[in-house]
Amino acid sequence: MTDAEVPVDDAAARSGPSRRLVLGTAGAVAGGLALAGGGFAAGRATAASASQADAYDFYGAHQSGIVTPQQDRLHFAAFDLTTDSKARVVSLLRRWSEAAARLMAGSELGSGAAGGAYAAPPDDTGEALGLPASGLTLTFGFGPGLFDSRFGLGSKRPDQLIDLPHFSGDTLDPQFTGGDLCIQACANDPQVAVHAIRNLSRLAFGDAAIRWAQLGFGRTSSTTRAQDTPRNFMGFKDGTANLRAEDTDLVDRWVWAEPGDGQEWMTGGSYLVARRIRILAEIWDRTSLQEQEATVGRTKGSGAPLSGGSEFTEPDFSLKGRDGEALIRPDSHVALAHPSAHGGAMMLRRGYNFTDGADSLGRLDAGLFFLAYVRDPREQFVPVQNALSSSDVMTVEYLRTTGSALFAVPRGLAPGSVLGSEGAYVGQELFA
Amino acid sequence: MPRPALAASGAVLAALALSACVPNATADDEAIAVDSSNDACDVATAEVPSGTVVFDVTNTGDDVTEFYLLASDGLRIISEVENIGPGITRQLVVQVPAGDYLTACKPGMTGDGIQAAFTVTDSGEDVTTGDNAEQLAAAGEQYLLYVRDQIQTLTTKTDAFLAAYTAGDDDEARALYADARVHWERIEPVAESFGDLDPMMDAREADLAEGESWTGWHRIEKNLWPPAEGYDLTDAEKQELADKLAADTAELASRVNAEDFAIDAFQVGNGAKELLDEVAAGKITGEEEIWSHTDLWDFQANVDGAAVAYGVLHDVVAQTDPDLVEELDSRFTELNEQLAQYGSIEEGFVLYTDLTEDQIVELARSVDALGEPLSRLTAAAVL
Repeated sequence: MTDAEVPVDDAAARSGPSRRLVLGTAGAVAGGLALAGGGFAAGRATAASASQADAYDFYGAHQSGIVTPQQDRLHFAAFDLTTDSKARVVSLLRRWSEAAARLMAGSELGSGAAGGAYAAPPDDTGEALGLPASGLTLTFGFGPGLFDSRFGLGSKRPDQLIDLPHFSGDTLDPQFTGGDLCIQACANDPQVAVHAIRNLSRLAFGDAAIRWAQLGFGRTSSTTRAQDTPRNFMGFKDGTANLRAEDTDLVDRWVWAEPGDGQEWMTGGSYLVARRIRILAEIWDRTSLQEQEATVGRTKGSGAPLSGGSEFTEPDFSLKGRDGEALIRPDSHVALAHPSAHGGAMMLRRGYNFTDGADSLGRLDAGLFFLAYVRDPREQFVPVQNALSSSDVMTVEYLRTTGSALFAVPRGLAPGSVLGSEGAYVGQELFA
Repeated sequence: MPRPALAASGAVLAALALSACVPNATADDEAIAVDSSNDACDVATAEVPSGTVVFDVTNTGDDVTEFYLLASDGLRIISEVENIGPGITRQLVVQVPAGDYLTACKPGMTGDGIQAAFTVTDSGEDVTTGDNAEQLAAAGEQYLLYVRDQIQTLTTKTDAFLAAYTAGDDDEARALYADARVHWERIEPVAESFGDLDPMMDAREADLAEGESWTGWHRIEKNLWPPAEGYDLTDAEKQELADKLAADTAELASRVNAEDFAIDAFQVGNGAKELLDEVAAGKITGEEEIWSHTDLWDFQANVDGAAVAYGVLHDVVAQTDPDLVEELDSRFTELNEQLAQYGSIEEGFVLYTDLTEDQIVELARSVDALGEPLSRLTAAAVL
């Protein structure tokens, strides 16, 4: 097949050279076949399909990384804007959008990691060379700080983007709290996720700086029916009752902002709650199995509700045992968090297990990095968290929330959008 | 809902590769493959339109090779890429106006090389950057004058500092310490280029390996700002340290004043970047002056030196990359304004230990904001 016969996908053509292709070309270059910058044209077919097979589309009505089947690894970064120029913020979002499209396609940034000017630092830092797209998604969000006096956007702040209240028991560390912007990078290879955040933060120098960041090493939720339910750091299946991409009616009801929700620029977007929840693992691990199951409200093995059945059986909170008490304790996590206790309110959870090593006392600094997408945090997150913070034995006894942030996640970019220094960018409706 | 991109077959990528973005300077330009073997120099094409020309030079021979683009007289070098090891591919990016040229491979790095005619036709495109060689040479010379001037002042101020130190006037020595070091810090990459002098003059205690002897500025610093009782030196030990630093400073001065000592534009550009690296690695953390805490003097001096290096390249880069110039100008201003909140070299700075964590973070962010574009200065100047 000649190149002239090939239909070129617009989005693909805007992307840079595939990381996979670059490595495949060494022999061809030596043979003098190189056409450009290290010979991307050679050695293509097999490597190309392997590289692209696990790539998600950057474009779409909604940003990727929300209902996308949840990947195994996370690098999350919250940024402070260090500029007070609205034009610079727009410029940053353009650079990020253009880079995100390339990164998600498994392509190198700019002139690549080894193909650029010899006297200049490479545009791409290179640690993802040879790695496929790895299901990378990049999801951008706006924190309350974007709407402060610096940028004149105050009138466009959505009512849903509240300053989260203090929840009973919160022990927030400023080092893991807040932020003007955020990027959630999820991938099936941690190196690909970290590479994305590293390169995006590099593009931000001067306009935004990382305020805090969190790595997650394993997902604690499923966002599609095809995925197994993973286990959290407490050893229990987590997210059994999570919203799934297939539940489109429920996703529309509980995840996506609709026209009429307030700020029209948020239509098709969502709100991201991020909470760094440390698990007091040593104490939890000394708790009897009976107490652990009673605390959660499910069995540790199969994840079935204590009222019986299997993992996906609906819990029956009215079923009582010999002593007349409910089999699922009213102060169990399942009972307090269940939609039936909150007018049916659901969240699309997308959390990750994390560990940042050990603290100075030799205890695991580990837990759950809770991420949840909701249409209105005031109705979906705050009431649930208030119930858990005050009554949930698990939250009160075994968890410490050390970080907290809320972001407005705007809609996605329409397929066919042209990116670049004058082009389309994530969140453009806010600045229109 | 996002779904896997199905469209991307291998063939699509093949087409993509032809239109792919390649290096910034060479976007939309196709590289010309050059095969430099033991006895041939195969250039894929002998005629190109004027503008940015990119050669991908692959050494298929057994010796180290070089590739030159020469003026038609075969003498004047338009641009070159050196030190290409066997099997390695290196890129040469050059702005070329219309005219007749020669290409040359030089396997073994000797002789006139294997030459061939190379024609650049008029593309109608403005080739504004053309030949900056004269401007770049002038930049190197200008910077060298600055280096010599700083080292002369360094010598004078070091002598005064050491006189106070050996006379036992510790208060006076402490007052002179940071101000003298400013002149070292401003030209630090040049001083560091003398690999034997730098460790003798500027090593920090933590830089030493087990059993190495410690001399130079920071040895005296620790004596003047002892961390605890019991760090006294005898007069003879002090005199020995002073004599050593004075001698090493004199040696540094004689080397940079040697007739054959030169600095090229490439070194100037990289020096600017390295000065900001110094700030980011040692000053912003308070590690450089761990006893005296006079890190902000060094910080300002590093920024001063970087600004001078940038200044001598400014006019060249203003032609090749005006956006970069605009960004660098504003980032230098921002950082200098921030530093000015904490004092000046003339009036003195607050100590590093007086800065709050927020102030340090703010400074670090401004250093990153300047350091990132500054890392592109060399390529913008010399390409």
